[in-house]
Amino acid sequence: MSAPTVEEVRAVVATVPDPEIPVLTIADLGVLRDVRVGPDAHVEVDITPTYSGCPAMDAIRDDVHGRLRDAGWDDADVRLVLAPAWTTDDMSADGRRKLEAYGIAPPAPAGSPGPVPLGMPSLSVPEGLRCPRCGSTQTRELAHFGSTPCKALWSCRACGEPFDSFKVLR
Amino acid sequence: MTAQRGGWLDAVRRPDLPPAGEYALRLADDALVLAQRTAEWVSAAPEMEEDVALANIALDLLGQARSLLTRAGELEGRGRDEDALASHRTEREFVNCQLVELPNGDFARTMARLLVFAAYQVELYSRLTGSADEVLAAVAAKAVKEVRYHRDHATQWVVRLGDGTAQSAARMQAGLDAVWPHADELFEADELTDALVRTGVAVDPSSLLAPWSAYVGTVVEQATLVRPDVTALPGGGRRGIHTEALAPLLAELQHIARSHPGARW
Repeated sequence: MSAPTVEEVRAVVATVPDPEIPVLTIADLGVLRDVRVGPDAHVEVDITPTYSGCPAMDAIRDDVHGRLRDAGWDDADVRLVLAPAWTTDDMSADGRRKLEAYGIAPPAPAGSPGPVPLGMPSLSVPEGLRCPRCGSTQTRELAHFGSTPCKALWSCRACGEPFDSFKVLR
Repeated sequence: MTAQRGGWLDAVRRPDLPPAGEYALRLADDALVLAQRTAEWVSAAPEMEEDVALANIALDLLGQARSLLTRAGELEGRGRDEDALASHRTEREFVNCQLVELPNGDFARTMARLLVFAAYQVELYSRLTGSADEVLAAVAAKAVKEVRYHRDHATQWVVRLGDGTAQSAARMQAGLDAVWPHADELFEADELTDALVRTGVAVDPSSLLAPWSAYVGTVVEQATLVRPDVTALPGGGRRGIHTEALAPLLAELQHIARSHPGARW
C-alpha cells in the first residue's frame, strides 16, 4: 500500500470523539496535536491531555489506533506529548459552539482574563456565565470542580437549572 | 538533619536511582501518596460537591504521579515503569515527605494540609518549568495550572471555616496546628538537591519557603486564625523514614497489583 498523506491521516483521526464529551472531536478540543507520515509509511500521531490525570487519554489512544487500523495503516504510533501544555485556547471556535449547544458553557476565548489569579484568590463566588439552556447571565458557580477534571458546576437563577462549565485553563 | 548523616538513618536507605531519577521519585511519591489519602474522602466528604472536588484533586495528583514515576523509571534505565515503581516498592523505598502520608483527620485538617501542600506545589512547579530536564519541565508546566485550583480550593475553605463559627474556627485552628510541624520538611535542601540545582534540573527547596510563607500567611490572616508557632518535626521522608501511617496506606494502594501480578491500572 502506498504511504498516506498527512492530510489523509489527519482527516481519519480528527473525527475521533472525546469519550467524556462525545459532541466534541479530539480536533475540536485541540487534543490532536500533530500527524506525521514517514517515507516508509510509518504514521505518528501526537495527542496531549487536557489534565494530567485525564482518564480519557487511554480511550482516545485506543480509538485513534482503531481508526488507523480500519484505514489500513497498521504501522502507527500514538504518542502522548505534554509540552507545550494544553490550554482551553487550543479549543476551536467550532468546538466552543458545539459545546454550548450540548449544554456546557464553553471556556472564555483567548484574550479574556483567566480564572485563577496569581496572588490571593478572590473569595467571592464567580458569576455571570451565559446559561447554555436559557441564555441568562443570572448565574453563579456552585463548585470549582465538576463531573470531570475540565468542568465546574454552575447554576442558573433564571431557569433554575444547574449546568456544567468548561473551565478556562491557561 | 545534617547531624544524622552517616548515622544509623543513612543505613536505612541510600538512593538507588541516579540523582535526577531520585528527584523525580520524590516529587512523584508526594503526589501519589496524597492522591491516595485524598481519595479516602470520596463518598465521605461533608457535601456531594466536596466528594467531587476531592476526587478531582486526587485525580490530578495521580496524573502528575504517573508522569513523574514514568520519568523516574526512564532515568533509572532498568526497565521499571510507573506500575512497578508505584506497586512494588516497600515503605522504606518511598521518598515522599511525611506531610502527605498523615491521616486525613477531620475536614478542617484535610484542608489545612491541602493549603500547605498545594501552596508549596504552586511555588515548586512554577519554577520547575525551567528545569534542564525537559520532561520534568513539561510535567511542571501542565501541573502548575492544576495545583493553582487546589490551592484556591483549600484557601476558600480555610478562610470560610476560620472566619466562621466558634466551632469551625477552633477546628480549623487545630487542623493548622496539627499539620504545621510537618511543613519544614518540604523546604529542606540536601546533597541531592544541591547537586541537581547546580545542573539546572532541580529547584532549590529552600528557595520556596519565603513565597510559600507569604501566601499561607495571608490566608491564615484573612481566616482570622493564628499562624502556628510550633517546633518542626524531624521529618526524614526523603530518606525513607516514615510515620506509622504510611505502611497501611501502601498496603491498600498496592494490594491489587501484588495480589494479581501483571495487573495494570
